Amino acid sequence: MVESKKWEKINKSVKERPKVQEYKNWRELPPIPISLPIDGNIGTTGDWRTFRPIIKEGCNKCGICWMYCPEGVIKRKEDGKFEIDLRYCKGCGICAKECPTNNIKMVRESDMKDG
Amino acid sequence: MVKLKEALESCQEEYFLPGNSCCAGCGLELALRWAIKALGSNTALVTPASCLNVVVGLWPKTAPNFPFTNMAFAAGAAAATGMSAAFKAKAYRFPGKGWDEMTTITFAGDGGTADIGIQGLSGAAERNSDQIYVCYDNEAYMNTGIQRSSSTPHGAWTSTTTKGKDRFKKNLPAIMAAHDIPYVATCSISDPLDLYNKFKKAKSIEGCRYIHILAPCPPGWGLESSESIEIAKLAVKTGSWILYEVEKGIMSLSKASKPLLDPSKRLPLIEYLSRQKRFANISEKDLIELQDYLDHTWKRLEADLSCQEEYPK
Amino acid sequence: MVETQKDFVQKKESIIIKGNVAAAYAAKSARVQVISAYPITPQTTVVEKLSEFVDNGEMPGTEYIKMESEHSVFAAVVGASKAGTRTFTATSGQGIFYAHEMIHWAAGARLPIVVAIASRGPAPPWNIWADFTDVISQRDTGWMSCFCAEHQEIYDEILMSYKVCEDHDILLPKFVSYGGFILSHTSKPVIIEDQDLVDSFLPQLPSEDGWPHIWMDPKRPMMFGNLIMPANFYYEFRLKIHDAFIRAKEKIKNVAKEFEKVFGRNYGNGLIQEYHIDDADVGVIIYGDLALQMEQAVDDLRAEGYNVGMVKLRHFRPFPTEDIIEAAKKVKILGVIDRATAFGSLTGGPVSCEIKSALHETQGTATVLPVINGLGGREVTLEQQKSQLKTLVKFHETGELPKDVVHGTLWDGLLEVD
Repeated sequence: MVESKKWEKINKSVKERPKVQEYKNWRELPPIPISLPIDGNIGTTGDWRTFRPIIKEGCNKCGICWMYCPEGVIKRKEDGKFEIDLRYCKGCGICAKECPTNNIKMVRESDMKDG
Repeated sequence: MVKLKEALESCQEEYFLPGNSCCAGCGLELALRWAIKALGSNTALVTPASCLNVVVGLWPKTAPNFPFTNMAFAAGAAAATGMSAAFKAKAYRFPGKGWDEMTTITFAGDGGTADIGIQGLSGAAERNSDQIYVCYDNEAYMNTGIQRSSSTPHGAWTSTTTKGKDRFKKNLPAIMAAHDIPYVATCSISDPLDLYNKFKKAKSIEGCRYIHILAPCPPGWGLESSESIEIAKLAVKTGSWILYEVEKGIMSLSKASKPLLDPSKRLPLIEYLSRQKRFANISEKDLIELQDYLDHTWKRLEADLSCQEEYPK
Repeated sequence: MVETQKDFVQKKESIIIKGNVAAAYAAKSARVQVISAYPITPQTTVVEKLSEFVDNGEMPGTEYIKMESEHSVFAAVVGASKAGTRTFTATSGQGIFYAHEMIHWAAGARLPIVVAIASRGPAPPWNIWADFTDVISQRDTGWMSCFCAEHQEIYDEILMSYKVCEDHDILLPKFVSYGGFILSHTSKPVIIEDQDLVDSFLPQLPSEDGWPHIWMDPKRPMMFGNLIMPANFYYEFRLKIHDAFIRAKEKIKNVAKEFEKVFGRNYGNGLIQEYHIDDADVGVIIYGDLALQMEQAVDDLRAEGYNVGMVKLRHFRPFPTEDIIEAAKKVKILGVIDRATAFGSLTGGPVSCEIKSALHETQGTATVLPVINGLGGREVTLEQQKSQLKTLVKFHETGELPKDVVHGTLWDGLLEVD
């Protein structure tokens, strides 16, 4: 009835602990279920999209889309322009609706080459 | 007070990692995103049963990149009280290690605050327990499928009030202000920077702080996922959701709500209600009742604010 | 929190104190860091005394939080324990029932919390006197539980409990219960041990990293309590709790042995305490303060020539199956005396049910006669206990069952008003 101490690794610093825990059976499990933070914990939620947001050239880099994105997938690049992380963007359309200059278009995924 | 340009520079870090189970357009997610940006990563968050418990994903992975614990439904404020006391005890034992700078925050839904959680919340407030209690208000028990809570507004459809809710909305911020806690504030996801600033202010105050956030729910309110912000803006513009702070007993309206003391500046309530499917079958009578109630609330507010001038200093 | 006026260090002393106060002294000796408090008869003195200690500066660094209900009391110690501190609280009867949800939570989170219970009968009707139904009703939640027979034992058991609970292989919460009013409000001399000696016996307070399995640390962000789907490891996590209980039996025995070595007081093997059972024909298994009085009854009957003996059951969870089987082999008749109820069960008494199931399939073991007495603080006198023993002896000699047997269990001491 010997339990494995494999789980104790999760108690280490962020750098040393495993990114995702893997256990084979009950003996390897930690005493309680501890979850570690990771991007895309439920999967690539980009798959949820019916419509994809595209930021057009006229974007004036005001940042309002970044402010309102619930998922936080709109990232500001070095040059001040914004980029949407399509792995996780759920296609809610808030950015397009709130853009003050109407420079975000929602395009049907099935119309996209890689959609 | 941070403005958007400044926020773009200083608030880039995301603490609530993307790719989680929140619905597209979730009001709660935006509220939490900005709340934690203001509080930083040395925050311990306790969340009683609510959408937040579930959207953070399934074991062994999760979304929040800061200390986070699930808790039983009625136990949010009480567990946070214990946790905050433990951090003090740790700070005593390990001085200078930053344990006295930990912020304990309870992030609960309106059901877990106004109904089952109110005993714990009232106790924590009376005790001036050192925590920030945040209620994200989507105006029903959304996690379990849109049942009515005491925070559901009059006339709204829910699965347990299919003819529209009879009673009016419980005024939680007023209840909390009556506990004489150092800080009470209301926020809306329509103004994330206002939310950010209020959280930053709350962080600097010691004792029990209460923040109530309007967090529209697309499936629960009958909205498109893209309409969450717009609806939250309408809630404020019609005067249905009032943004204010109560600091040491003195109330002050926030920037977006202050001009609405003038009734001509308020949009008619129907513009807010007609956009939500949950009010689709609202009767004329209910509509008039709600508009009257709203107008009456603002008149009372005006009277209260002017009375404040007379308060002993 | 109050600044200490002076550095108070407890030296070994014997003081005449109530059982509740002994529990408070134990929490102080254990240097608990967070105490949450709520009054309920008959436990209230525990938290009152602790409040005195904290306000006098005798527990520097300890946070004392006054909660608004028992559900919140347990929620607070759960929250505090999660953050990595040694915690303590006390409650009774209705308080336990109110906190039942959080009691499950603490066990599921494997938090090493120790709670003193001044046991009282469940309401309705109101009853504030000794009856262990309250703590026994929590048997399936995943908390260890034990019964104290005397005042010194309350102090000692709380110290031993911290050592068992905080062991990294165990990590389970525990109830230390004793009869309401009988032990909680009566006074006896209790030895409060030297603080340095207690510090050397107990594990150190949790380090900055908190417990090994749960922590709230911004440098190591994690979340506890996610949903787990049926197809995933939920089932296996539950097995781990049961497994920890089985391991705890050995640990309790080892800690009791060590306690005797360090402090000089013996409590049997930790799980049970045998008294004259080796050469007895008729024995009883009994728990709580009545066990102490039963020792006197056994002595008196032995002086009269009866071959009787007893086993004091100290721990209910984990259940000392192997020790019970061994003890039961020694006698022909085993009376199991409950001071609690398990309605609708085989015998109506929780411990007698468990003993019967432990002895099932054991060859050549005793015949069990379940007995219930003292519910709701009903007094059980020494004479009554002697007569219980004599009844068992008569049953052994003639097979005759006593007249107060109802549905197969002897409900001893039922009122008959003329």
